[in-house]
Amino acid sequence: MSTTAILPTISKRRRRADMLARGTLGFFTAIALVPLGLIIYYLLSKGLGAWSWDFFTTDPTGSFLGTQGGIKSAILGTLEMVALATIIAVPIGIGVAIYLVEFGQTSRFAAIVRYFVDVMTGVPSIVFGLFIYTTLVVAGTGGSSFAGWKGSLALALLMLPVITRSGEVVLQLVPQSLREAALALGTPRWVVTMKVVVRTAIPGLVTGSLLAVARAMGETAPLLFTVAVVNGTTFNLNERMNSLPIQIFQDVGQANDQLVERAWGAALTLVVLILILTLVARLISRRSQFS
Amino acid sequence: MNPEGTVPMTDTSEPIPSGAPDVRRPVAASGSKTAATPVIERQARSVTLENLNAYYGGNLAVHDIDLEFPANQVTAIIGPSGCGKSTMVRCINRMHEEIPGARAEGRIMLDDLDVNGPGVDVVAVRRTIGMVFQKPNPFPTMSIRDNVLAGLRLTGVKAKDADERVEKALRGAGLWEEAKDRLDSPGIGLSGGQQQRLCIARTMAVEPQVVLMDEPCSALDPIATLKIEELIEELKKTVTIVIVTHNMQQAARVADRTAFMLTGGELVEVGPTEKIFTNPDDERTEQYVTGKFG
Amino acid sequence: MEASAIKARLTAPLGERSGRARAADPAFKWLLTGLAALILVLIAFFFFFLAGKAEPAFSKFGVLGFIFDNDWNVSKSIYGALPLLVGTLITSVLALVIGVPVAVATALFVTEMCPARFKSPLTVLIELLAAVPSVVYGLWGIFVLVPFLKEPSQWFADTFDFLPFVGGTVAGPNYFIAGLILAIMILPIVSAISREVMATVPTDHKEAALALGATRWEMIKTAVLPYSRRGITGAAMLGLGRAIGETIAVVLVIGNSPTIGKQIFDQGYSLAAVIANEFGEAANDPLHSSALIAAGLVLFVLTLVVNALARWVVTRAEKKNGKAFTGSTITAQTPIATVVSES
Repeated sequence: MSTTAILPTISKRRRRADMLARGTLGFFTAIALVPLGLIIYYLLSKGLGAWSWDFFTTDPTGSFLGTQGGIKSAILGTLEMVALATIIAVPIGIGVAIYLVEFGQTSRFAAIVRYFVDVMTGVPSIVFGLFIYTTLVVAGTGGSSFAGWKGSLALALLMLPVITRSGEVVLQLVPQSLREAALALGTPRWVVTMKVVVRTAIPGLVTGSLLAVARAMGETAPLLFTVAVVNGTTFNLNERMNSLPIQIFQDVGQANDQLVERAWGAALTLVVLILILTLVARLISRRSQFS
Repeated sequence: MNPEGTVPMTDTSEPIPSGAPDVRRPVAASGSKTAATPVIERQARSVTLENLNAYYGGNLAVHDIDLEFPANQVTAIIGPSGCGKSTMVRCINRMHEEIPGARAEGRIMLDDLDVNGPGVDVVAVRRTIGMVFQKPNPFPTMSIRDNVLAGLRLTGVKAKDADERVEKALRGAGLWEEAKDRLDSPGIGLSGGQQQRLCIARTMAVEPQVVLMDEPCSALDPIATLKIEELIEELKKTVTIVIVTHNMQQAARVADRTAFMLTGGELVEVGPTEKIFTNPDDERTEQYVTGKFG
Repeated sequence: MEASAIKARLTAPLGERSGRARAADPAFKWLLTGLAALILVLIAFFFFFLAGKAEPAFSKFGVLGFIFDNDWNVSKSIYGALPLLVGTLITSVLALVIGVPVAVATALFVTEMCPARFKSPLTVLIELLAAVPSVVYGLWGIFVLVPFLKEPSQWFADTFDFLPFVGGTVAGPNYFIAGLILAIMILPIVSAISREVMATVPTDHKEAALALGATRWEMIKTAVLPYSRRGITGAAMLGLGRAIGETIAVVLVIGNSPTIGKQIFDQGYSLAAVIANEFGEAANDPLHSSALIAAGLVLFVLTLVVNALARWVVTRAEKKNGKAFTGSTITAQTPIATVVSES
């Protein structure tokens, strides 16, 4: 054979471009992880110090001097309001999802609803707060201006499109053959939908709902206008209530070391709660895939 | 030579085993079938596989193959589905290793160079050993012209050369007349057969030594298939061709040599096409070509 | 489920069904239709209610006057929202400029370059950024980022002050920090959608590029990026939509100064931030409240427009590529970001 090289040489320029590009991609990916690391680091280093038995069992005192108290009312308030929001949002959200999948594949009306549900996912949470504020708070509905349940409504508005959207995806995954098999046995439509389709889709629906709950827990803006701030623990949803995000927001603005530390502790608590919810959601989803 | 030109039938009075494809049908002239000297416009390189074993993770898909693909000839690989034909061919241009967990061991000689050896630049190998895939895959966001130039652009082709190269490549693929007025229209706007010829033009534009074809006609209609088979006859004047096909008639039509593989990645027999189809050495080959199984 | 099991659980006894049983199906359907209609009714209702409350401010300053006058002066009861609008846009654009390249880079890295066993952990890590609530970002921003970046920002402003918008004194909280935090917040969603888009690139085209003798990067340039371009644009616009509506993190780190800053290190304000900040004091001032609600309306419409555009771009990309890639399966692998996204 000839003495010339058998393979062509690939120019150095191309090799260098390739290495450079790959290096840049890797570098940027590492950069993306830096904030995560920093946040976790600071949350832990500044937040853990605030954690104590008292921290979780005493209410904020709201006093300028002296002890500041813990975040008991905030945690309880968050749990109460999010629970109510969930009770409102999940049935409606899943109901709309069922409608869209089972009855709304071809109708114009359903297409419009679907579009607006999508629109709702993009609405800033503060706007939902404003919605509830202008309609319910100002009017003093229910005998009080600011109230826990109004905050729950704002949160429910927030959760609704997320639950519907993820629910729609999950319900659509249920194979058509399953529906047809049940219908062919003479089962009424509504029974097929509830007992066959929804039952099959439950893990996915639960996952979507839990993720929506996780999001609602962390929201501050909607609560600003609907629940305001208060220090004491209350179980009356018709009153003002405290909540974790609001508590943190409040404390951040104060030039007081104790309060700042409390804010970090509360932030850590909030993040841990959200992570637990997300983890549970993932586990449910993963389990259902192996069943 | 005109791809549409007719050539004399091979004259033989030997009996043909029933069921075997009739190799006496009119075929384009090729070195091993007629007495005429083969036409060679550019001396291409040969490929030789030595002890080739290919794995998907722990599964052995290609088993200890020794096989030569002579220069400027068309070698067909036939065998039942899933026997490892595609896998073996994809080892030659080192595409097999792109699959996670896959690896190939053994020597893959391009003339005197082992392209599977350490320190060999994979990118350069693929420049020299081109591939046409089963499903035509022109780049969807590119025009016909840009598709042909895609490979050339990687090494920098001058703008004034570009038009010449495009025309040359498209003529070489038999697509010039159909495409010359629509060079800037999207590549995926062509018919299936035309798309595949575009892919061939794209592959040939970078002037490889070897072209691997993995069932290039299986997604095409018979007329498109015929055009590509005629094209292959032309192409072998400049490159060495390896074609995987599940269609025995096609192998009989286009290939100078044929290799028969069995399930498990085993090479059963290889030889001149006519021999494989009329008088094979191995009984399993005879059973396959006469349609007794597979 | 086995046919016999289904049958045993579901079918009513043979024979005529009672009137009530037969009515169940239509009733069910109408119940659900009602819920769906409720959504439309709610949105329309809230929109008009908001518009009504904003009306006093709009009528006093004119709609265009309100939006484009550069004077937000609470003490004088003058409400021109331009500094807010500009602040919103500046921070959002900064977020895009910083966040989108990084997000696309991570998506490329995970889909094309990463060894298989790292894909899942990396994806989860990036998703975790979406799990951090807005207020925690604000907290971290104000106590960690602001002091941390003060000197480097000042150095940058001094060294590069020939660049437009760079220079001056670095205030503590400023546009840049707000933009940076927003970039971090939109990273998960832009990355997740980009990743999904890139995963739908048919292997065919990638192999075609490689078989021509392309390096990995060249293959990405030839086969992956052109195919994904529209989807990535859509993802970026969705990120923009989120950045525009983000309230709490921004209000804590933007400085809350209702002026249009000249440099990126100046203090500023945003539509969402002003509402959160001044809402308390506006409770007793009807014009002020109305102005804040009007700002909320502007914000609402702005996000509607951006999101509608984004969705249109993404749908066009899906149609062109013949595959749907957003809203795919909610599984263990589903990015949190596409489901849990915060404002």
